Amino acid sequence: MAAKTLTIDGRLISAAEDQTVLQAAKDAGIQIPTLCHLEGLSDIGACRLCVVEVAGSNKLLPACVTRIAEGMQVRTDTERLRHYRRMVLELLFAERNHVCAVCVANGHCELQALALALGMDHVRFEYRFPKYSVDITHHSFGIDHNRCILCTRCVRVCWYIEGAGTKNVAGRGAECRIITDLNQSWGTSETCTSCGKCVQACPTGALFKRGSAVAEMERDRTRLEFIVNAREKKQWIV
Amino acid sequence: MARWIKIDPVTRIEGHAKISLLLDDSGQVADARFHVTEFRGFEKFCEGRPFAEMPGITPRVCGICPVSHLLASAKACDQILAVDIPVAAEKLRRMMNLGQIIQSHALSFFHLSAPDFLLGWDTPPERRNVFGLMAANPDLARAGIRLRQFGQEIIEHLGGRKIHPAWAVPGGVRAGLPETGRDAIRAKLPEALATTRTAIALFKQVLKSHEQETQVFGNFPSLFLGLIAPDDTWEHYDGKLRFVDGGGNVIADQIDPARYKEFIGEAVEPASYLKSPYYRSLGYPAGLYRVGPLARLNISKRMGTPLADEELRHFKSLGWGAVTSSFLYHYARLIEILASIERIDHMLDDPDLRSTRLRSDAGINRLSGVGVSEAPRGTLFHDYQVDPDGIITGVNLIIATGHNNLAMNRTIAQIARHYIQGNTIPEPMLNRVEAGIRCYDPCLSCSTHADGHLALQITLLDHRGQVIDEVVR
Ligand code: SF4
Ligand code: FES
Repeated sequence: MAAKTLTIDGRLISAAEDQTVLQAAKDAGIQIPTLCHLEGLSDIGACRLCVVEVAGSNKLLPACVTRIAEGMQVRTDTERLRHYRRMVLELLFAERNHVCAVCVANGHCELQALALALGMDHVRFEYRFPKYSVDITHHSFGIDHNRCILCTRCVRVCWYIEGAGTKNVAGRGAECRIITDLNQSWGTSETCTSCGKCVQACPTGALFKRGSAVAEMERDRTRLEFIVNAREKKQWIV
Repeated sequence: MARWIKIDPVTRIEGHAKISLLLDDSGQVADARFHVTEFRGFEKFCEGRPFAEMPGITPRVCGICPVSHLLASAKACDQILAVDIPVAAEKLRRMMNLGQIIQSHALSFFHLSAPDFLLGWDTPPERRNVFGLMAANPDLARAGIRLRQFGQEIIEHLGGRKIHPAWAVPGGVRAGLPETGRDAIRAKLPEALATTRTAIALFKQVLKSHEQETQVFGNFPSLFLGLIAPDDTWEHYDGKLRFVDGGGNVIADQIDPARYKEFIGEAVEPASYLKSPYYRSLGYPAGLYRVGPLARLNISKRMGTPLADEELRHFKSLGWGAVTSSFLYHYARLIEILASIERIDHMLDDPDLRSTRLRSDAGINRLSGVGVSEAPRGTLFHDYQVDPDGIITGVNLIIATGHNNLAMNRTIAQIARHYIQGNTIPEPMLNRVEAGIRCYDPCLSCSTHADGHLALQITLLDHRGQVIDEVVR
């Protein structure tokens, strides 16, 4: 496969032509914050945390779904980017009920970790305080919509890795939410294989093992990568 | 004309409160009310949460005694799982509760109350606090602060942090006591013991010079409630409920805590967010009872450890049947610290503590659970209802300070009657009322699940309900 050269944050980099800016940066050891991206899953560019500046474009581009191009000049860490990334996080926090102190994922949450890393010390938007339910009708897992950021990792992992197609998205705008099958309680699902991949994939405390107490939801994301590598590359490397 | 007098610094109680005193037409104090004016609504917003989160959510009621809520909540959850928790888990939970009793009682005694009786009532308020104590008796103040720290460190060694450890979980605890923690606790035991014994000796001196306070600060017969071990020994984590009367007679015993509603009624008063619980068969407000250190000692025949038992004998000699003066809450608190230190000392070498079986696993086996433990301030009830999936559908919390609500009103009235003649609130009266309340070490953030500034406001009303004087701190 042909290689292309580009600069990221002033560094000259050569990468395979079908790579995304996110992959190329990662290979070069440059970290770009992400939230809806998960290794092993296809990207959808939903969260906009990975936005980068590309010379010649006024728009900010999501690194996870932007292909590299010859001579591309990318900046991943400017004041403008930090400003928008913080704003994205603030909007996520304002949108639902994220109460870290009493959350099952406290200390193991990607949203919380990003807020810390990107210096989100307060939220300038009014909180919506929506009233969402918690579904713990499944014998092993639960979903708390209050903590969902609609990254759809669970949906993608369910459709494309497990192949069950249990998790789906319903509704639009503020009404948008993750549903099980035909919008029924999880415990009544006929397609769910109880594999738990969605729980492993979730970046927040929205999906959890039933019975988890505060701060108990630790996840092992490498398991998903392992499955994908095993299936696609026939590599069984732990 | 109402007169406002502002006094700084703020008083030494946990929370925001207001006191009204009602005078009859002859200018005598007719009644007193302790109002708590804030509201937080934990019972409401916990509805809809998975029950396993409750031991994480409810300790947020309070930063002073989060461990009490943690334990009562975990116990209520154990009931929902319908399991016996592993032996080690129970012992470790007990140890954490003892640490909590030490730290909270040390705070109450050394930081909040000792300045009153060690520095004297007439010391100006700006010096009648822990800093004043530091200046007057630096060794004692430092020792007191270190004693509190010791209690907090026990909590930290077990739960990983001093405040709000998410450690007790439905069915047990999350982690054991590491060897380093055990050694650190052992190393500090002698100092903690010495400090406590010094404080006890000191308080006995205080008692001699404070006969009037002992007579006036909430000295009346009442019922006392607490948890008791099957053999009449002092209990703080489990056991059954016992009520004794002012003569020390057991009037209800071995009550399964889950049946508390049959024995305790809860009256709601319009002027306060603090509920007023009472003993049902005597009705409201005659069923006034007290909880906390004084009550626990009154219902117990022994503390279960040698030094504390010796003190208990002396304590019991201060009353006929039961010790009825709330001023002696302070003494009871010190005896409980002593007992806690002795018990921890005995526990440290228990091989059970090294077990790695710390958590029982089960599903939802009951749709309700009542968890009761002794918080430093008294018996704490967590009562949950869940749906078949374990989603909380109802919560009732009865908090130690709440139990004491009626007794605090009675105490204020008694003190006011003694010190108020005429239409103004004299300064010594203000000090004494505060100190009277402080005997109970009330925690208002807990009891109304309220928070806010530490402040006290006293209003004097004439028989028509007109404000004649008002003091705000
Ligand atoms: S449940 Fe978790 S994984 Fe699924 S969309 Fe919400 S936050 Fe993402
Ligand atoms: S990670 Fe690229 S848009 Fe979410």
